Amino acid sequence: MSLASFLKSRLVPAELEEQLNRIQKPIGSLGYDPWGFNTDTLKIGFTLTRPVYEKYFRTEASGVEKVPSEGPVLLIANHSGQLPLDGLLIGYALASRPEKPRVPRAMIERFLPTVPWLGNWLNDLGAALGDPVNCAKMLENDEAVIVFPEGVRGSGKLYKDRYQLQRFGSGFMHLAMKYNTPIVPVGVVGCEESIPAIANIKPLAKLLGVPYIPVALPVVFPVKVRLNFGEPMYFDNREASQEELTERVEAVKTEIRKLIEKGLQEREGLF
Amino acid sequence: MSTQSRPRLLITGAGGALSQQVITRLKRSCDIVAIDFRQQVYLGDDIPSYCIDLNNRSFEDLFRRYRFDGIIHLGRLRTSELTRMRRYNANVLGTQKLLDFAHKYQVKRVIILSTFHVYGAMAYNPALIDEEAPLKSAGLSADLIDSVELENLANIYLWRYPELNITVLRPCNIVGPGVRNTISSLLSSERAPVLAGFSPMMQFIHIDDMADAIVLTWQKPVKGVFNVAPHDWVPYQQALKICGCKRIPIISIPPAVPKAIARLLNLKSFPHYLMAFFKYPVIIDGRTFAKEFGFTPKRSLKEIFRYYRSNKRPV
Repeated sequence: MSLASFLKSRLVPAELEEQLNRIQKPIGSLGYDPWGFNTDTLKIGFTLTRPVYEKYFRTEASGVEKVPSEGPVLLIANHSGQLPLDGLLIGYALASRPEKPRVPRAMIERFLPTVPWLGNWLNDLGAALGDPVNCAKMLENDEAVIVFPEGVRGSGKLYKDRYQLQRFGSGFMHLAMKYNTPIVPVGVVGCEESIPAIANIKPLAKLLGVPYIPVALPVVFPVKVRLNFGEPMYFDNREASQEELTERVEAVKTEIRKLIEKGLQEREGLF
Repeated sequence: MSTQSRPRLLITGAGGALSQQVITRLKRSCDIVAIDFRQQVYLGDDIPSYCIDLNNRSFEDLFRRYRFDGIIHLGRLRTSELTRMRRYNANVLGTQKLLDFAHKYQVKRVIILSTFHVYGAMAYNPALIDEEAPLKSAGLSADLIDSVELENLANIYLWRYPELNITVLRPCNIVGPGVRNTISSLLSSERAPVLAGFSPMMQFIHIDDMADAIVLTWQKPVKGVFNVAPHDWVPYQQALKICGCKRIPIISIPPAVPKAIARLLNLKSFPHYLMAFFKYPVIIDGRTFAKEFGFTPKRSLKEIFRYYRSNKRPV
């Protein structure tokens, strides 16, 4: 028995396995897709994420039912918190919704595939290198894809810059228009305070080939996380100038900003 | 003077298992002449077989004598063979000679076997790489330059001489009985090295399916460049596990360490210039070929791996 099968048999409750089995993915004969997604690893990852989502961060997801139940969709969210916890929590929220759950894919930072074990493990769970070709092929497969257009600018920002949206890349908008894909904006509140960083050791980061090395306490604070999903936004696929494209990206950014504001107003304290 | 009714076909690399599979499939419908630059291979009384270097002057005599209708160019030195310069001479300059003669003697169909290695293995590769993707391999390893140069050459002739109807096939890992390439050696071994913490996704095509793909390409003269791969995937380490190989992890970071180890040990089955292919995935999209030529692989990954599992000590 392989380690994955052993862990699955020990960890994954039957009802959860049944729920995840209902979510069909285009996988090959040995249970893998081209990016390395593997159902068995997902089941283990999902089981391990449950206490993190429910108990540690006491996550509240509002409006997750707005994510279309089928067809391609882009989940565009603000990025924060040094580690990609926001992606994990958004993914869990969608996969655990009672009505028509979906297992979304996440576009990850370019340096992650170079990290031993972690890169492969993220692939197993459904994440893939944040590349337009990957995203396009996933949308062709009718996948829900989580994209953080801020990239490392968002995740690596310091505590003093919390909840200030950084520059958005426009790649997601090109893809949304080309593949007639709805965009669901997501505002994440809480992850910003999970690993507050006061500085970034740039020379060390450069030496190690990673985007940033934060100066922070070696602990992830159990802050309360709120995920607010907005209404799907549709953009036509007519030829658009760079200016029009920027306007559309700004429209998505504005929606995310509103969702963050909503989350901040709702919360009564950090924990 | 006899009139020729069946197409006359030159097949290179006759010593290889793939060529022999293709010859078996086509000998009923074509008059085949087989060549190999390493050895003379006996393929039956009805198939003339020659040991000849493509760069040898006598190579042209074959074109004069047989007036080929088509060429299936499968013969090439693998990256593990001879020196870089010898490989370049044989694979690139030899192919140039072959294409020049094909043009001179009005050959109507040329099929060239390339490899997915031309895309190069790197962390930033997306999955399901299309044929239009840049060929990064030459920039990543000098030992793979001949593979990319061969493709460049084929592309020049493809556009300059459209009447040659050149089709370049870029298959994923070809495996199965008789295949002697790097990945096949690894799958058939008792122990195989892996880079600790890395298990890139891989694709495998059974040699019989690849031979079928080449026959389909011969039957439909559509020129161009095509990836050939089943729509199925498995991580390298999982493939080894299913094949019953014990995995020997090698320190993987920093990247210079595994390369130095591979150079030091000089393992033919784990060459340093292919190291990146055991670290990062190169997953190609074979759907265009499948659609254009009506190709469906018949042998599953399970069947492929079962063969390696039950033939751990091939004769």
